[in-house]
Amino acid sequence: MSRLSLFVPLGVFVLILVVGWFGFSLDDRRQMPSALIDKPFPEFAAPSLYDQARTVTRADILGRPTLVNVWATWCTTCKAEHAELMRIAERTDVQLVGVNYKDDVAKAQRWLADFGDPYDMVVVDPDGVLGVELGVTGAPETFLLDGEGKILYKRVADVNRRIWRDELAPRLARLGIVEKDLPEQGGR
Amino acid sequence: MTKTLPVLMLIVCTAAPAWGATPVDVYRFDTPEQETRYKALIEEFRCPKCLNTNLAGSDAPIAQDMRRTVHDLVVGEGLSDQEVRDYLRERYGDFVLYDPPFEPRTYAIWLVPIGLALLGMVAIFLLVSRARQPAGHPLDSADRQRIEALLQDD
Repeated sequence: MSRLSLFVPLGVFVLILVVGWFGFSLDDRRQMPSALIDKPFPEFAAPSLYDQARTVTRADILGRPTLVNVWATWCTTCKAEHAELMRIAERTDVQLVGVNYKDDVAKAQRWLADFGDPYDMVVVDPDGVLGVELGVTGAPETFLLDGEGKILYKRVADVNRRIWRDELAPRLARLGIVEKDLPEQGGR
Repeated sequence: MTKTLPVLMLIVCTAAPAWGATPVDVYRFDTPEQETRYKALIEEFRCPKCLNTNLAGSDAPIAQDMRRTVHDLVVGEGLSDQEVRDYLRERYGDFVLYDPPFEPRTYAIWLVPIGLALLGMVAIFLLVSRARQPAGHPLDSADRQRIEALLQDD
């Protein structure tokens, strides 16, 4: 038995620490990889928020780069996210499609009337059927689609300025959508 | 006052099983076989929003929605178990499967434990075979004389 072998348990302990540290830091379940990245956005048919007799399908949202944003009035993070969506709607030509998730139509309409409506169209998913179809686990979640309806990126949690700058803007720039240079609106 | 506490505790204890009860959905099945398959499937998938609970054991809204989807796929669409698995995996990823597939990407999680177990067995084998070896060499007559001499000294 050499002296060095006395350090074997310490070495094993440090190894366990390192593996554990690394392993647990990977376990950010909010950022679990979306299964749908690089896949076509699923087929769907859902009523429009403003005219429920009208059905919106996948074909209706194709044609140009699109952000599909899953939101609800009961979702507090969605309220925090709303200002950024308004900013994106104002400053870019990206199409914004809202999926009003497990919500009340009247409340949703009032919310958009009160806080502004960043969406080009809004569909309703009152009982979460469309949500499961999209692999959504809650709100807010946001998909970035190209004009052909392929999912390029998915954000689970809010779209904020950092996500816009680091994730959405560069991908949209590649699709030819750039932020317009409007004067910053102060105050809010 | 001294009596209210035990009574309260008794109430809490008897009521607790009701709080811990798993959520119950009321679904209609065409055949008992469909119900069996449904129950097996919701046991099998992991709730994507929960820490570590399957669809059957969670009352998270998303788990309710996914149970309903599994029911629709089994009863309404008539999909096979494997088709239901593929459907959910396509949308929620490997995360919903407790049993990850054996692919190049996942070789490590399958093989590392087996490798470590083998390593452990080798280590045990080495330690045991070393312990079995007789320590030192057998005594010869010179050794015996030295021992005798040492013992005589006392």
